[in-house]
Amino acid sequence: MLEIKNLHAKIAEDGTEIIRGLDLTVKAGEVAAIMGPNGSGKSTLSYILAGRDDYEITEGDILYDGKSILGMDPAERAAAGLFLAFQYPVEIPGVATLEFLKTALNAQRRARGQDELKIPEILRRVKEAASSLEMDMAMLKRPLNVGFSGGEKKRAEILQMKLLEPKMCVLDETDSGLDIDALKVVSEGVNALRSPDRAFLVITHYQRLLEHIVPDSVHVLYRGRVIKTGGKELALHLEEHGYADVIDEAA
Amino acid sequence: MTQHTKPPQTPAEEALVRSYGDVVGRLHGTPEITRNRDDAIEMIKASGLPTRRNEYWHYTDLRTRLRSFAGVAARPDRNVAVEAVNPREKLVDATRLPMFNGHYFTDLADNLPVGLDVQAFSDNADGGCDVSAWVPDLKNEDFIGTLNAAFFRDGLKIRLEENAVLERPVRITNMMVGETPAFSAVRHLVSIGKCAKATFIQRNAAPLQSANQTNAVTRLDIGEGAEVLWFVVHEGGKDAVDLSQIRVSLATDAKLTLYIMNAGGKLVRQEVIVDVAGEGADFQLRGVNLLAGDSHTDITMVVDHRVPDTTSTQIIRNVVLDRAQGVFQGQIRVYREAQKTDAKMACNTLLLSDEGGFSAKPELEIFADDVQCGHGATVTEIDSGYLFYLMSRGIPELEARGLLVKAFVAEIIEELDDDAFVEALENKLDNWFAENG
Ligand SMILES: Nc1ncnc2c1ncn2[C@@H]1O[C@H](COP(=O)(O)OP(=O)(O)O)[C@@H](O)[C@H]1O
Ligand SMILES: [Mg+2]
Repeated sequence: MLEIKNLHAKIAEDGTEIIRGLDLTVKAGEVAAIMGPNGSGKSTLSYILAGRDDYEITEGDILYDGKSILGMDPAERAAAGLFLAFQYPVEIPGVATLEFLKTALNAQRRARGQDELKIPEILRRVKEAASSLEMDMAMLKRPLNVGFSGGEKKRAEILQMKLLEPKMCVLDETDSGLDIDALKVVSEGVNALRSPDRAFLVITHYQRLLEHIVPDSVHVLYRGRVIKTGGKELALHLEEHGYADVIDEAA
Repeated sequence: MTQHTKPPQTPAEEALVRSYGDVVGRLHGTPEITRNRDDAIEMIKASGLPTRRNEYWHYTDLRTRLRSFAGVAARPDRNVAVEAVNPREKLVDATRLPMFNGHYFTDLADNLPVGLDVQAFSDNADGGCDVSAWVPDLKNEDFIGTLNAAFFRDGLKIRLEENAVLERPVRITNMMVGETPAFSAVRHLVSIGKCAKATFIQRNAAPLQSANQTNAVTRLDIGEGAEVLWFVVHEGGKDAVDLSQIRVSLATDAKLTLYIMNAGGKLVRQEVIVDVAGEGADFQLRGVNLLAGDSHTDITMVVDHRVPDTTSTQIIRNVVLDRAQGVFQGQIRVYREAQKTDAKMACNTLLLSDEGGFSAKPELEIFADDVQCGHGATVTEIDSGYLFYLMSRGIPELEARGLLVKAFVAEIIEELDDDAFVEALENKLDNWFAENG
């Protein structure tokens, strides 16, 4: 479903190379985990997948369903089924959350040639998703993410994911800022979406999340490259021993 | 002393004087009113249109900007008036006081609620209705008042009784109808009794493509403890000119919230002159300037805090597209006696084009020592992080930008806390963006 081939990317503004020859394949139905020390380029990778133009691709390609997405803007990628749950969801004052959800949902439907949904149907879907994530509807009357706690923002990201029903879900440190109970709720939300034609790329620091969302593969990202790939036992190893020996081994 | 040679009359100045000559015989009024008209036109003849050398007009040089002056609009036929409904307007339920081409149509007005009295100058021109009782300063600075003194054709004298609380807003419109661009001047005198409470909507509108010229001068006296919410909405055509003024005086504990929305016109200047004259009085100004094309839009405000314990806050939000230019001159004067004045002013611009611009000129003149006064001005572009977030959810770039522009002004619209008004203003915003974005 997703194929990243020898990807090199730099920060457009100052030319610093962050992604340095990254290879990664995620198959339909697969849950792939990416782990790695702070600053290794995990969030950068997620932004590049979503199409943020702060980064310039200098080499390599990203194939989604067999086709390169490098020429697509973020909205086109989203409409094609790509979704990024942000590590730091953006607070946007003045944009009402519900209005935003409605606009996003219908924009994607339009792009796919589907009929737009009417407000009652949208409300019904939002209510259903919110209650499964134990979110208060009152929150959704507020401006987008404004004044939400860290945990509420993460839940709101998963709420959006449920509504938009993407095929390729990238979750960037969705577990940070969540307490144990919230972690369970959010993980259940993600697990409920697991299906043979949907893939996940779960970025995390901690084994903890992977106890709830059990991965099929684990990849260690370090200095912009995948330096080791393994099964879920690799996450346990990292939890116990840290990254040092994996890094040494790769060096 | 050297004799300055007067610059030659511009075509607009010539046309203005000619228009006056054409119409003066048909303008209503007592001999005294007519004398005032003549004085005003003499004043304009002598000084010409104000230029940038005049501090008050520095950012809006009328001599170069006002290229022509239209003939004075005739009273339209009643059936033309009845049919002239602006398709762009989403109506808030209101008591309507309609004017067309600057003429009041008494029989098209709604029934008045208890406590509200409205008289039209045109119905009582021989002295019965004295909207003329107040004569503006005939100074080059007060060009808008002077122009009005010369040309005003009609106007309303509105009185709200003490303690009256109006449920529905009162809407005063001046709608320009007819094929040829024309000029109209109206003048209103509004007095709000003690502890009364009401909302007014003052709206200038014209067909989208028109080049009408309008002038409205409103004097609003708000009595002790009274509370007024007043909207000024300018929706002129692409080549329209509007030069208007509102003069306010606030008695003890009186409160005015003035919302100005500029969303049209080629050359617009709205002057706001406020005398915060009673202790405990509060003046709130909110301005939304939606600027596009080659338009030039100016809000010029002078607020005098004369007595202790008064407050005022001004927040102006501007969205600038194309080659549009905007101006906010905000002058706050705090008199020596006016201790404990709390006055704040903010002007924020969302600049969406390299060719557009906005000039903010805050001016604080403070003669009291125990006051809290401040001002700030910012110019920003669309936040790329916001845009990326919205687009990453599948919202196409143009639509995402539209949402963010709306968000930029939404904050001060939502402050209104009245669903009907919020909806109506957001609707105007959507229309404007659909037409110009
Ligand atoms: N837009 C940017 N501007 C400047 N530095 C950036 C930018 N994006 C990423 N970086 C830098 O790239 C490195 C990788 O960051 P990031 O992808 O956030 O790491 P991770 O998510 O793995 O902690 C860091 O050193 C970070 O400071
Ligand atoms: Mg990160």
